Amino acid sequence: MDKVLNKILNDYQKNKGNLIYLLQKIQDTYGYIPEDIVFWFSNRLNIPASKFYGIITFYPKFRLKPTGKNTITVCCGAACHIKGSDRILQEVRSILSLREGEDTTQNLSFTVQKATCIGACNIAPVVILNDQVYGDMDTEKVSKLIKGYEKKDEYTGFEY
Amino acid sequence: MNTQALNINSSMNNCYIEIKVCMGTSGRASGGNDVLRAFKQYIQESGIEALIGRRCRYKKVGCRGFCSKDVLVDVIINGNKVTYQSVKPIMVERIVQEHIVNGTPVNEWLTKEDYESFHTKQHKIVLGPCGEIDPENIDDYLNMNGYKAARKAITQMSQDDVIKKVIMSGLRGRGGSGFLTGKKWEICKAQKETPKYIICNVGEVNRPLAEGNPHAIIEGLLIGGYAIGAQKGYIYIRERYHLSVERLRNAISQARDKGFIGKNIFDSDFNFDIEFSFGTEAFICGEETALMESIEGKRAMPRFRPPFPAQKGLWGKPTVINNAETLSNIPIIIGKGAKWFASIGTEESKGTKVFTLSGKVKNIGLVEIPMGMSLRDIVYGIGGGIAGNKALKAVQVGGPSGGLIPLSMIDMGLDYESLAKVGSIVGSGGMVVFDEDDCIVSVTKFFIEFLQRESCGKCTPCRIGTKRMLELLTKITDGRGEDSDLITLERLSSLMTSSSLCGLGRTAPNPFITSLSHFRDEYIAHIRDKKCPAGVCTALITFTIMEELCKGCTLCKKVCPAGAITGELKKPHKIDQNICIKCGACFKACKFKAIKKG
Ligand SMILES: Cc1cc2nc3c(=O)[nH]c(=O)nc-3n(C[C@H](O)[C@H](O)[C@H](O)COP(=O)(O)O)c2cc1C
Repeated sequence: MDKVLNKILNDYQKNKGNLIYLLQKIQDTYGYIPEDIVFWFSNRLNIPASKFYGIITFYPKFRLKPTGKNTITVCCGAACHIKGSDRILQEVRSILSLREGEDTTQNLSFTVQKATCIGACNIAPVVILNDQVYGDMDTEKVSKLIKGYEKKDEYTGFEY
Repeated sequence: MNTQALNINSSMNNCYIEIKVCMGTSGRASGGNDVLRAFKQYIQESGIEALIGRRCRYKKVGCRGFCSKDVLVDVIINGNKVTYQSVKPIMVERIVQEHIVNGTPVNEWLTKEDYESFHTKQHKIVLGPCGEIDPENIDDYLNMNGYKAARKAITQMSQDDVIKKVIMSGLRGRGGSGFLTGKKWEICKAQKETPKYIICNVGEVNRPLAEGNPHAIIEGLLIGGYAIGAQKGYIYIRERYHLSVERLRNAISQARDKGFIGKNIFDSDFNFDIEFSFGTEAFICGEETALMESIEGKRAMPRFRPPFPAQKGLWGKPTVINNAETLSNIPIIIGKGAKWFASIGTEESKGTKVFTLSGKVKNIGLVEIPMGMSLRDIVYGIGGGIAGNKALKAVQVGGPSGGLIPLSMIDMGLDYESLAKVGSIVGSGGMVVFDEDDCIVSVTKFFIEFLQRESCGKCTPCRIGTKRMLELLTKITDGRGEDSDLITLERLSSLMTSSSLCGLGRTAPNPFITSLSHFRDEYIAHIRDKKCPAGVCTALITFTIMEELCKGCTLCKKVCPAGAITGELKKPHKIDQNICIKCGACFKACKFKAIKKG
């Protein structure tokens, strides 16, 4: 493990001490930012952990918890919003039995995310399941999409 | 030999065929890759490869804007171009057989008048090459005089000449600020401190540009870098915009191979290189000073100004930040001249502006209009009017912190001054159309909610202001609103506008201010009558069954997820208001219009 971390440390120094860059590398490696790793770097670099957390919590892309195997992103831009993205998000959360404040299922199979606008407003509302874009969504279609994900041949989404 | 191959009209033997598939984000999202694959595969497998395959060029082109009919495919035979719309892989066989092999286009699948009117009313300058050229091939760009402007600027013009020309053109920032681009460059050039930097901000609306014609952005950056005396340019872009990043990266490496980027460009003593900086998913990162903080690896919190970035920017050095659309205009200005450019648009707002037209309009897509074009011409002319023949209610121009413009002002022209007059902004060019089914109060709440979430929290007016505004708007849409709430909202708005640190907080109240001034009735209906006229705000609507219209088909009872509907077959049904969760499923399901929403 130390070898991986030392390499990240090295890259960080080459990148003018850019903490965002460092955190991105950690996230790329682990899929999220584990607490012990933050402390490892905090000690090495003599930078208070709070400074790391200040950045982690500022940018929505950083995650302090592991993500699920599949990611489902509901676009909530204005165009999707007026075509019902709220209801779709609600439906997704209820199918996956996510509680308030949770975005990943207990068994780590799904993580739900909100996107601002992915630029496919012509087929709003839009849902992205693991890099596949599905347009003209409604609650029924999204529920079929998630439930039938094992038999995913039936649903042809498109590359994002 | 395959029999199909024998069918080929002998005149096809030496013609030149080009198949262009729209492959911007939207084209790909609608299946562009599959369509292209289908063309290649079909032409190969059907045995006609030997005859036409060799002379067939496939091009992945960028977005041509008419996204509601994606995937769009141009088939060009000996220079005769026709365009197919909504192409799916299963349509490919017929197109190849009837059109490419037999020479008669499949008429029913061709684009219709709406495609014509969508395009003819526009004025495409920066978007012109998008959808025509292959963005992954630098030769396509060079064939349309690419990098000639950069060569001319760097080898024949002084830095001041370039700046003067850009000032004369009247080009103003397309990223929202509307500041004269040449002036910004002039200030930066005048700084003694070195090194200097130039940053290209690639925002949401700029993606089609980056995907469709990335070299124009790079050429603009190169010219800007030369003008201010920078040796380093950054492209600031969200990592998630995969396709834009890929195309820009590819373009940079092609430009570097040709010697347009690097050392001693065009044999001059000018050195310039370009690097990516990956922005993070936060709206505030678009604000100039916050953007620089994020490049430096910190929380993206805006800095106080002055000093302005042009004086003290990235790592404390003089820095110019320009939007990608702004920079794409630069090669054209240098090439075609400042006068030519200034002849387009209005007195104060020159040139064209790209807008993303979305929402309840028929033709959703990307449009480029001369500054000053009326909102009516955009929505009804280019946009083809409102989908489903509903009535237009309002248009939000300028992104989340833009203003809501009501139907009554539809004849206003779109330019910096006119938009400012009605409390809106050009922003980076978002345009969302709302119809009679949309609730203005709820829409306003949506935008404020977004801005509240995106507020960086550095300054109190914005941090607390957006929060309080959201609370009050929620209260109103929940049916708990009081008259005094509007007064509080107005006071908050003026406070935030005058005292926030950066543009986010200063423009955040725009949706509220404009919606209140044009749709006060709707606010009053929510507050005093506890009614949502558009029937959107759940707390304020009730569904009732009109006995005289109900046929007792039981459909509503079946779809009701809460079990709130009771009744026997062929007898009028009833909704128990205490159980109803107001999901509207019954309303949608009823075939006899027997359910009243209100
Ligand atoms: C909250 C906020 C978000 C912004 N987002 C963008 C953006 O996405 N793209 C952009 O070019 N400018 C954006 N701007 C404006 C930029 O800060 C800046 O004015 C612009 O990039 C300057 O380039 P220009 O002069 O070429 O327009 C934003 C401003 C604010 C306050």
